[in-house]
Amino acid sequence: MDCATVKVALFIPCYVDQFYPNVGLATLSVLEACGIHADFPSGQTCCGQPMANSGCMDEARPLAEHYINTFAGYDYVVAPSGSCVSMVRNHYEHLVAPDNQQAQEVRSRTMELSEFLVNVVGQKFRGSFPFQTGIHQSCHGLRELRLGSCSEAMVCRDNLLQGLLEQLDGIRFSELQRTDECCGFGGTFAVSEAAVSTMMGQDRVADHLQAGTQVLTAGDMSCLMHLDGIIRRKSLPIKVMHFAEILAEALQKNHAEQTVTEEIG
Amino acid sequence: MGHPALAEAFTANETRAQWHDKALWFVRQKRDRMASSVPEWEELRETASAIKKHTQSLLADYLQEFEKNAIANGAVVHWAADAEEHNRIVLSILQQNSVQRLVKSKSMLTEECHLNPWLEQHGIQVVDTDLGERIVQLREEPPSHIVLPAIHIRKEEVGECFHEHLGTEKGASDPAYLTEAARQHLRDCFVKAEAGLTGVNFAVAETGGIVICTNEGNADLGVGVPAVHIACMGMEKIIPRAEDLSVFLRLLARSATGQPVTTYSSHFHGPKAGGQLHIVIVDNGRSDILQSEFRRSLDCIRCGACMNTCPVYRRSGGHSYQSTVPGPIGSILTPLQTPEKHSTLPFACSLCGSCSDVCPVRIPLHQQLFSLREHLDRKKLLESGKKMQMKLLSTVFSKPWLYQFVGKVARKALRWSPRALVYSRLTPAGIWGRSRELPDPPKKSFRELYTDRAKNHAETKQTPESAGS
Repeated sequence: MDCATVKVALFIPCYVDQFYPNVGLATLSVLEACGIHADFPSGQTCCGQPMANSGCMDEARPLAEHYINTFAGYDYVVAPSGSCVSMVRNHYEHLVAPDNQQAQEVRSRTMELSEFLVNVVGQKFRGSFPFQTGIHQSCHGLRELRLGSCSEAMVCRDNLLQGLLEQLDGIRFSELQRTDECCGFGGTFAVSEAAVSTMMGQDRVADHLQAGTQVLTAGDMSCLMHLDGIIRRKSLPIKVMHFAEILAEALQKNHAEQTVTEEIG
Repeated sequence: MGHPALAEAFTANETRAQWHDKALWFVRQKRDRMASSVPEWEELRETASAIKKHTQSLLADYLQEFEKNAIANGAVVHWAADAEEHNRIVLSILQQNSVQRLVKSKSMLTEECHLNPWLEQHGIQVVDTDLGERIVQLREEPPSHIVLPAIHIRKEEVGECFHEHLGTEKGASDPAYLTEAARQHLRDCFVKAEAGLTGVNFAVAETGGIVICTNEGNADLGVGVPAVHIACMGMEKIIPRAEDLSVFLRLLARSATGQPVTTYSSHFHGPKAGGQLHIVIVDNGRSDILQSEFRRSLDCIRCGACMNTCPVYRRSGGHSYQSTVPGPIGSILTPLQTPEKHSTLPFACSLCGSCSDVCPVRIPLHQQLFSLREHLDRKKLLESGKKMQMKLLSTVFSKPWLYQFVGKVARKALRWSPRALVYSRLTPAGIWGRSRELPDPPKKSFRELYTDRAKNHAETKQTPESAGS
């Protein structure tokens, strides 16, 4: 793939756009470090996942159509969210006609950031992040996009997010007691089943605390929003960062030291 | 009361909820160790799934083949369209044989049909002989798990229950002591029983035989003494060939409890000499599920692995589902039968997908739970407030300018409103905020920063000398 000419669109999920703009900027920086200048189609809104997960397919359908129209014509659509990407790739089949060629293309070209960086770009990153880092395996990335091995399936898969972060100097990973249990966010589940959702989140945070996590990261800001909410309520000593923010920060420091990322793709 | 309220009550006792979660996670880990010791584990799952798909697609044929061969073995085969007919058939068999005392091994089907209260109303003494089932029966409550029916009860509570009903020492909670007391009590029941009722794990079409799996041997004891054996099965329990057992028996116990195989896998081909074997085959809504998009939920072999892995089940307890079969599989099967009463169950799920990966017959459980939500919407059974919110959100997101405007206003409101208002309990933000901080709303959205950035870049390009370094 030629990074200079490939047409990449950035899909920034609605809640990231509104609440976590730095994650969007970090995604942009990481892509730029690979020599990719991504467009941000300004008409984009939401993939429709909250409606679809609530059973409201009639309400999700116009948003799926809007997404397809917004992102038609790009070689890739890249998003810093496994959950939204899974919505487009796995659940739009209920929402758009199977014979809609354009829709099928947009769906298959929509990629989560780590899988795009590893499987399409093949970029190596150089930088330093000397912190004890705890990875939260977001479920939709793990089990719907298969971005890593999950503990209940007897199948070995590369863990893409960890593979990316492993390249950074000084990084250490937390050893968790439960490597991939759900954080309990689950979209509207976080509110409709607030008690169980909270207990799930508290249990995840406790696991990271016992493991000595300094920085808690994931591929989905939604899980991190929920976990961060618990961490801040209890004033716990864990900082939450999307992995794009970690990469961007490590790269920036590296850039300051006049070391440029090397490209092997 | 729906699942959220009952789950909240369960989590309110934090010690118990933590203990329940850890007890079931321990079983899940045992299952993981067993599954990982079988190199062809995923192939076995795929094979089991293929056999089930094939069987369900020819179910009527296989049921008839089974009936023919079972009759040839000397069994009597009964067909029940629903729970009521099932209960009537069982009662009439018992009455024809003047049975007063019945012992039962585990059968989720008879729980589904509420057989015990029906028989008791008609003067028959019913004793559940699985230890966990006997405990919940004495406590007059339903099982909370399909494999571990008393998993929600602590040994001290079992001690109290046995003290009251079986005369064990007050305050005794030693599991070996209590189990021995139950054993002696149940031996007495087995000897006095006039009929034994069992469930069926697998019914083999080509042989007409049935297979019953237990760890306690209580099915064998229950049908060993009395002359009458009644075996009740849902019509989906059929497998085509005896050799298919080599797939299912390997999966069942490993998935259920992390054992290589159940302690007893007993095969019955016809009645014992001088006895009777009655097989009751029950539909009770299964034909409707078979014809729906949820047909694969009928592949379930009742191992309970989806419950053990479900982070919601482990923290909310089986009773919060108010369903004979709780957990992920129950949240599909039960709302399909009684959607009005169980409309919260498909939402008692964060869609983490662990159940689908753990299921030994590869039922796409979390995808079915996802689809079931739409099914409830079509039946107009979604909570009206939630439906309204989604309609509103959809309208906002359909128009980029409106979305941007609402986003800006919402962020401003969150920044400027007093904390007490933002965290008031009436709004979704307030419910979130009972236990979690809301994100700090930034002044600018990503798209605003992106536009600023693009402008800066353009200016930098126009006047490169002013770019600083």
